[in-house]
Amino acid sequence: MDMFKTLIIILLSSVFVDNYVLNRFLGICPFLGVSKKINQATGMGVAVTVVMLIATAVTWPIQYLVLNKLGLGYLQNIVFILIIATLVQMLELFLKKFSPALYNGLGVYLPLITTNCAVLGVTINNINDGYNFIQSMVSSLGCGLGFLLAMVLFSGLRSRIDESNIPAPFKGLATTLIAACFISLAFMGFVGVVENIFA
Amino acid sequence: MEILFAFILMLLVALIAGVLLSLFSHFFAVKENPLKAQIRECLPGINCGACGYKGCDDYADALANGGVSPSLCIPGAQNVADEIGNILGIEAEPFKDVVAFVACNGNCEATTKKAKYEGVNTCKAASMIYGGNNSCHFGCLGLGDCAFACPSNAICVVDGIAHVNTALCLGCGVCANVCPKHIIKMLPQETATVVMCSNKQKGADARKACKNACIGCKKCEKTCNNGAITVKDNLAVIDYNKCTNCGACVKECPTGCLKSIFFANIPSNIEFKELLT
Repeated sequence: MDMFKTLIIILLSSVFVDNYVLNRFLGICPFLGVSKKINQATGMGVAVTVVMLIATAVTWPIQYLVLNKLGLGYLQNIVFILIIATLVQMLELFLKKFSPALYNGLGVYLPLITTNCAVLGVTINNINDGYNFIQSMVSSLGCGLGFLLAMVLFSGLRSRIDESNIPAPFKGLATTLIAACFISLAFMGFVGVVENIFA
Repeated sequence: MEILFAFILMLLVALIAGVLLSLFSHFFAVKENPLKAQIRECLPGINCGACGYKGCDDYADALANGGVSPSLCIPGAQNVADEIGNILGIEAEPFKDVVAFVACNGNCEATTKKAKYEGVNTCKAASMIYGGNNSCHFGCLGLGDCAFACPSNAICVVDGIAHVNTALCLGCGVCANVCPKHIIKMLPQETATVVMCSNKQKGADARKACKNACIGCKKCEKTCNNGAITVKDNLAVIDYNKCTNCGACVKECPTGCLKSIFFANIPSNIEFKELLT
């Protein structure tokens, strides 16, 4: 039961408290780039979640069974980057074959996941936090869902912003960044909530 | 010794990644329609976008998937339409050749400048400041956005207004899109009678702005036996479905803004290209 509680806390805290976009400021590029339309934002969020899960499932065993055994822990970054890049390429080929609509919709942002720091951040943080395999998977699922949540919330906000009358100097990216900042501030309200959820 | 381990490990990881990727690209390869490559060969490949697709590749893809007319490639004209028709086994519709035409005759002699313009040297920038410095608000600014955009170097600016060399014009319509004054029209190639003016001001004001302007006197409208000319917003407009190129209106026009031009007869002029460079 304790294990279950820990997993729930990890999941909820990675979605709300340690949200990768709004709290750690990783993966800002797709957050600002693909959040114009809600269906594209959802597609991107799901793609990032899937990549995060696959990447963690592959990198965790490699860290503990290969790198640590050989005493090559310092190669973590470069090996992880290589693995993530390969995985994203594979996912791209897979999508092109089985879901051309999503492939076209994501466009240039699918290759961009290759160099998305959020994905690399999740895999490295899982190791640094000392999670076991199941905890790592739950954590990366939470981070992916957090990314998805941020994308969907923000795309909704942006569609409202587009319709409103904004002073000329703030039009475009300026308002977008200010709005992102407010969402980020709002998410700070979750600090301290999740840790005490079972208390 | 340790560096050897690191080296071998990286080599192995890279090798496995490479093998996996090539296996994936082999098994998940998307079969492209073989027709697409064949059609792409026929298209001119200048990616002008006149067909309405993103480029020649995109158009070839749409053609290969079917349901698209093969006569959309304007630079390729009838030849390309026929070739694609042969590949797809369908009859290509007769191709309508168009050519760009600058509806303005306000050269330096006929118009004056309201002010000296020293800004960014493009029509788009100039037109943002009170519609440009030309005395005629509708006329050609002569800074050559169209000449710059033209993929075939068919436009040059002479005496303050843009001229199209019809022999070189592909009919892609890129110039008509970039002109901030929207005075470049795409006309059917056989056209002979044109209105060389876009001024929609009342007669006296138009005359003040440009000596060659259409003053909306409606003489042409009365002269035309086929009802092809109407004066709309103080400007003569020709309906090319009705015009027979008889030239009666040209003789009547008091300002000379109606002109007879046989586009097909204009000889190819090499000097056009030289003037541009």
